[in-house]
Amino acid sequence: MAAAETFYDVIRRQGITRRSFTKFCSLTAASLGLGAGGPAAIAHALETKPRLPVIWMHGLECTCCSESFIRSAHPLAKDVILSMISLDYDDTIMAAAGHQADAILTETREKHAGNYVLAVEGNPPLNEDGMYCIDGGRPFVEKLREMAAGAKFVVAWGSCASWGCVQAAKPNPTHAVPIDKVILDKPIIKIPGCPPIAEVMTGVLSYILTFDQLPELDRQGRPKMFYSQRIHDKCYRRPHFDAGQFVESWDDEGARKGYCLYKMGCKGPTTYNACSTVRWNNGVSFPIQSGHGCIGCSENAFWDQGPFYDRLTNIPYFPVEANADVVGGTAAAIVAGAVAIHAGVTAIRSTIKSGEKTEA
Amino acid sequence: MSRVYTLVKTADAEATPAIERNSVFVYEAPVRTWHWVNAILIVVLIVSGYLIGSPPPTLSGEASAHYQMGYIRFGHFAAAQLFIVASLYRVYWAFVGNEHARQLFYVPFWKRWYWYEALYELSWYLFIVDKPKKWVGHNPLANLAMVVLFTFLSLFMIVTGGALYAQGAGNDTLWMTIFGWVFVIWPNSQEVHTLHHVGMWVMVIFIVLHVYAAIREDIMSRQTMLSAIVTGDRYFRD
Repeated sequence: MAAAETFYDVIRRQGITRRSFTKFCSLTAASLGLGAGGPAAIAHALETKPRLPVIWMHGLECTCCSESFIRSAHPLAKDVILSMISLDYDDTIMAAAGHQADAILTETREKHAGNYVLAVEGNPPLNEDGMYCIDGGRPFVEKLREMAAGAKFVVAWGSCASWGCVQAAKPNPTHAVPIDKVILDKPIIKIPGCPPIAEVMTGVLSYILTFDQLPELDRQGRPKMFYSQRIHDKCYRRPHFDAGQFVESWDDEGARKGYCLYKMGCKGPTTYNACSTVRWNNGVSFPIQSGHGCIGCSENAFWDQGPFYDRLTNIPYFPVEANADVVGGTAAAIVAGAVAIHAGVTAIRSTIKSGEKTEA
Repeated sequence: MSRVYTLVKTADAEATPAIERNSVFVYEAPVRTWHWVNAILIVVLIVSGYLIGSPPPTLSGEASAHYQMGYIRFGHFAAAQLFIVASLYRVYWAFVGNEHARQLFYVPFWKRWYWYEALYELSWYLFIVDKPKKWVGHNPLANLAMVVLFTFLSLFMIVTGGALYAQGAGNDTLWMTIFGWVFVIWPNSQEVHTLHHVGMWVMVIFIVLHVYAAIREDIMSRQTMLSAIVTGDRYFRD
């Protein structure tokens, strides 16, 4: 494992001279309006503060979070990994393997106890004592608990770590659970999405690195700065929704004109994420811009809120797959029918009765 | 809960001769006004709510030329906010109004006679007994239906609807402060949409039963229903 590199070391490694470095510190202190001691304080901090050690673990997942992360454009993923954080362990992309890799976990736990960030991609299955996800010969859930114990912050990458995602969808045979069901005593930040947006991932890491604290979280544990609004609130097709202009079927006139995908089951109105503002792949596009509705991948249990292609989704906890109109409409029809029969019986009985009366 | 009454009114101040009357004042003006305002609001809410779930066919032309979904949603939200105000007013009136104004919020659940009478009413609806009893307010069975199918349902619709509205209003609004806890129970708001939609159908079922029971009882039972919610007086026949 590399010795704890400071930011100053990184700056020098990248070919920046001592002179430029001190100029940078002076300029920064001046522009922030700091006093006479400002430049020295900044220089001291950069010279002594070690890069943030990050342990990146993988449970039950598909690695789409990592795939997304390496495509970050602002900041570039390589800058995050090589200059900002010290990514000490990530079994998918690290050179070390086997016992060497495992040794790094132990070393980090001892050397940086209480000072490293644990980033978790995927989640632990609890059935059969966690045997459905074995990592280095042991259940992943054990490793996760062990590494979380010494972490300063825990980052839940993606919908797997945040909510459970597809492996936790009904009937969830492995009893996969989000990591906050296992890690109970550490501050956890959830970055849901399947995968999360690259810039959201690196943005959150940059925040933690800069301020040494988690950004402000919402009620569900997501950073407010990226998850405060729904896709629908900032969607560029929103004017078509308000106007009542919808895509009625794939490849119809409305689809070609870029009308609202609401009727095609777009989950934008119920999904908190930054896709419609940050977009994907350096701001090139996002699902709705590409003509497909949002499937709500950053929302809790989105797999159980199907179908993806209907506005009215099936009623959860209901044994038959049917939406509210089918169930409610059927029930209302049955009640109306019963009322009609009841009225008929009432009428017949009164006729018979009045007949009896006149006879008497 | 009103038991069976014998109704006699005495002479009034103008020395009108004392007569035996067969009517009783049940529904005060605020209750009647609330009932009809609410009826209109609920119809607006059901129609606009259904259209939000299944919007009308798409419109062509420039988006700036139309505001169809906007108007539908405005209708729904405006009616919903009036519904909340009307409901709060109705709760207030339960405190200051007469005893019949409280029936919407209370079932004498632990009283043995209540269940006996409710069962009696049920047998009347099932054609087992020939004559219903006379009740000044709601009969015991109707009372139960009102509390469960209407009052609880209204509360459910206000809470889920308020939560969905809060999402549009924004995280840092009073709406979210009041109704945000709904998303602790159902974190995915698509589920809240679905449950709110199911609630609409329960309301439709309530209306079918409510209107049918009122008309039928007006004809079949020995007391007036329809005129009672218009004038406030309930007349007892035979």
